[in-house]
Amino acid sequence: MLRLIGRRLLAAAPGLAGVVVVTFLLTRALPGDPAAFFAGPAATREAIEEIRRSLGLDQSLPIQFGVYVRDLTRGDLGKSLTTGQPVRSDLMSRLPASLELTGCGLLLAISVALPLGVLAATRPGSWVDHFCRMLTTAGVSLPIFFTGLLLVYVFYFLLGWAPAPLGRLDAFASAPRSITGFFLLDALLTGDLGVAGAILRQLALPAITLGLFAMAPIARMTRAAMLGVLSSDFIRTARASGLDRRTVLLTYAFRNAMLPVVTTLGMVFSFLLGANVLVEKVFAWPGIGSYALEALLVSDYAPVQGFILTMAGLYVLLNLLIDVLYGVIDPRARIEA
Amino acid sequence: MSDPPIPLLAVQDLSVEFRTRAGVVRALDRVSFDVERGETVGVVGESGSGKSVTAFALLRILDASARITEGSAVFGGLDLVTATEHDLGLQRGRELSMIFQNPRTALNPIRPVGRQIEDVLLRHGNVTRAEVKRRAVDLLARVQIPDPERRYAAYPFQLSGGMCQRVMIALALACAPALLIADEPTTGLDVTTQAAIMDLIQDLGERTTMATLLITHDLALAAEHCDRIVVMHAGHVVEVAPAEALFEAPRHPYTAKLVGATPHGAERLEDLAAIPGGLPDLRGDLPPCRYRFRCERHAPMCDGPLPRVEVLPGHLVACWKPL
Amino acid sequence: MTALLRHGRYVLGENPVTGLAFGLFVLLVALAAAGPWLVPYDPLASNTAEALRPPSRAHWFGTDQLGRDLLSRVVVATRLDLTISICAVMIAFAVGSAAGVAGGFYGGWTDRLMGRVLDTIMAFPLFVLAMGIVAALGNTVANIVYATAIINVPFYARLARSEVMVRREAGFIEAARLGGNRGVRILAVHLFPNCLPPMMVQISLNLGWAILNAAGLSFIGLGVRPPTPEWGIMVAEGAAFIVSGEWWIALFPGAALMLAVFCFNLLGDGLRDLIDPRTRT
Repeated sequence: MLRLIGRRLLAAAPGLAGVVVVTFLLTRALPGDPAAFFAGPAATREAIEEIRRSLGLDQSLPIQFGVYVRDLTRGDLGKSLTTGQPVRSDLMSRLPASLELTGCGLLLAISVALPLGVLAATRPGSWVDHFCRMLTTAGVSLPIFFTGLLLVYVFYFLLGWAPAPLGRLDAFASAPRSITGFFLLDALLTGDLGVAGAILRQLALPAITLGLFAMAPIARMTRAAMLGVLSSDFIRTARASGLDRRTVLLTYAFRNAMLPVVTTLGMVFSFLLGANVLVEKVFAWPGIGSYALEALLVSDYAPVQGFILTMAGLYVLLNLLIDVLYGVIDPRARIEA
Repeated sequence: MSDPPIPLLAVQDLSVEFRTRAGVVRALDRVSFDVERGETVGVVGESGSGKSVTAFALLRILDASARITEGSAVFGGLDLVTATEHDLGLQRGRELSMIFQNPRTALNPIRPVGRQIEDVLLRHGNVTRAEVKRRAVDLLARVQIPDPERRYAAYPFQLSGGMCQRVMIALALACAPALLIADEPTTGLDVTTQAAIMDLIQDLGERTTMATLLITHDLALAAEHCDRIVVMHAGHVVEVAPAEALFEAPRHPYTAKLVGATPHGAERLEDLAAIPGGLPDLRGDLPPCRYRFRCERHAPMCDGPLPRVEVLPGHLVACWKPL
Repeated sequence: MTALLRHGRYVLGENPVTGLAFGLFVLLVALAAAGPWLVPYDPLASNTAEALRPPSRAHWFGTDQLGRDLLSRVVVATRLDLTISICAVMIAFAVGSAAGVAGGFYGGWTDRLMGRVLDTIMAFPLFVLAMGIVAALGNTVANIVYATAIINVPFYARLARSEVMVRREAGFIEAARLGGNRGVRILAVHLFPNCLPPMMVQISLNLGWAILNAAGLSFIGLGVRPPTPEWGIMVAEGAAFIVSGEWWIALFPGAALMLAVFCFNLLGDGLRDLIDPRTRT
């Protein structure tokens, strides 16, 4: 197992190198002159030059790249011009919000999509099957920011069930004592159920938005994979051996069907991480997505660079997790025959 | 004088239809035959003659588009055609088992073979969890898999085709069934392994008075291992006879052609005769005798309903002009 | 050809939804082409006296915060959104399949280099990469097209490459060579046409995704700038008003987006049934 992880990490290395290079090129090519912005509209030419030198922007590109890589290896992602803080600490403080949101959305998606896909496959032609197919076809067509807005309109404006989309906490609540940085976990750990409830209410709509988005491809793949597996030879053998329905469905069919589903998760994560940015904008969620957007608007490039690197890094980690999970389920992947 | 023994399996007028996009395919039409306790019955015919469909119909593991339209299959007092799913589930794998062709794909690829045998034992076998592993390893040893302790944890992709087939046999025989259906068990295996597998099945059958229904397109194989043979053509049973009688004196024109096309001994290729024509299209209107258009002996009387003539005791032919 | 048409009629008949999707597609293209001449109002003309009016007989889709007629804006936006996605997918298709075919055919360093570039692109969450590219290159429509094209290239490159590899294994290329064909000719005349059918399915599905991508970028303020009518930016403009109940400003462009993407997805599914029914879900 460790060897598998090691091999996958090695395989991801060139990709990571490419990510570092591409991110550098992208953010150095950003329009606008950060030095001029920082100096202010009344600054003289010399003042702007001074600031440019202090930021290292007067060096040649290769030297800038060298400095960039060196800083990266030390964990230095530069400083945000708008907050004045190191980008790394900004990102660290805002990352839990994004992770909590995406995690809840994914959990919701999986807990609905998997059973739905299985039911749809075992009852072809039934209303469950039609509902599943409708959900998947519509789900992949819906723009996520639109879904979020629709949910806000229906559940906040019309029904009043959900709170205003103003972020992780409403105006009157205060954050729970910070243990993990994940508000929901912290509230539950400190036993503060009132705050936990408030946090959940704020989380509900954005998590559902993300969940709906991820549900469609997962349900589609689960249904297709189950249909495929259920008509395979070894299921016929299992039935001919008289194994009961639950064993055939869960132990035999479902586990095999999970293989293509796990593979699909890679693409789902790619979409989810991108969708995160859009959902954070709709719901004013203080995560790393909105952090990057705010910085982008004012040509503050260090946060944007840090954001892209973090997202890509997260994605590599998630893909590694998927590979490991696949190896756990499928012995053919982890055993060198 | 006592009554003749009730057959272990009595199939009577079994008919199966498939609904396809291109029409209704009448795959089986009033198939009838018996299997006595302890005997080995072979079901032979060309590919597409309905041999496997018969087997799947008995266990009711047909495709979703199939329907059993008439007939019965009485096994140990239970009609398999009308039994509830619950009652059938108690028979499958316990009193009535099946092994399939392509053993590698017929086993769960991501589950150790020993665990797959355990699943069957735990379901039917009155075995406790503590001793089920021991029983599984014993079964692996009984089907002559070398080093069964280690092979218990193996996955199908780590085993050869022959070994996978032995595992399937272990699975099927785990609860000492009264009838084993073997659907082309040796197709795809090399000749030496073929012989070994057939010997194993025969040996295990003799030791436990288990009956075997051997489905194969290989007439020579059937001749060697079966007591009686059922010949099928295009969903019909055309002849049922003891193996020797079938080979020495086939009474149906199709059987004669099959025997003529089967090599045995030091036959020359030129001496083998091919059977003209092909299987008829099983959709739409079919004549009562589905061999009619391939048969050189056909006469006006062949357009009448298909008869079942007992030319000799235990030797049945479905023909108006038997040889 | 006639066999294909017959099969096409059969598929359309079998699955009326595909026929519906095709009709919708034709409608969209018609609106894109003739939209500006069909609309009742000038999409850019503001009229603050009529601001924030709900749908009425005068304004079927209502008006936005500057009094502009939403129906006109939504219809005119069809042209921009369709153009962006079609251009992006065409570029991705051309560049991706050329790269994929070359990599599969020549192998060696060409293939390795292509693989590295693809891996780098695929190492990013794709929307994030598109964000970065548009941010870096500048806030223009052209850059949205390039960014969307770049993130779609891997699909075509992978597909083309695997199609070529399959035929390479099968001796297709050897046979063509033996027949006296030279490299480029083999590529163009023999290999490429055979890769087309699965690519057509991919193109149709990608068109839907490209529209969502472009709209997403506009929603966060990258690419299209006001007052240009474009579905994504219109939803962004309407977002501020949804919490106070003026639902029409965001709903109609959003619904138009959904309809267009839905249409392309259904078309893609229908095409897939036409070309390879075995992969039906």
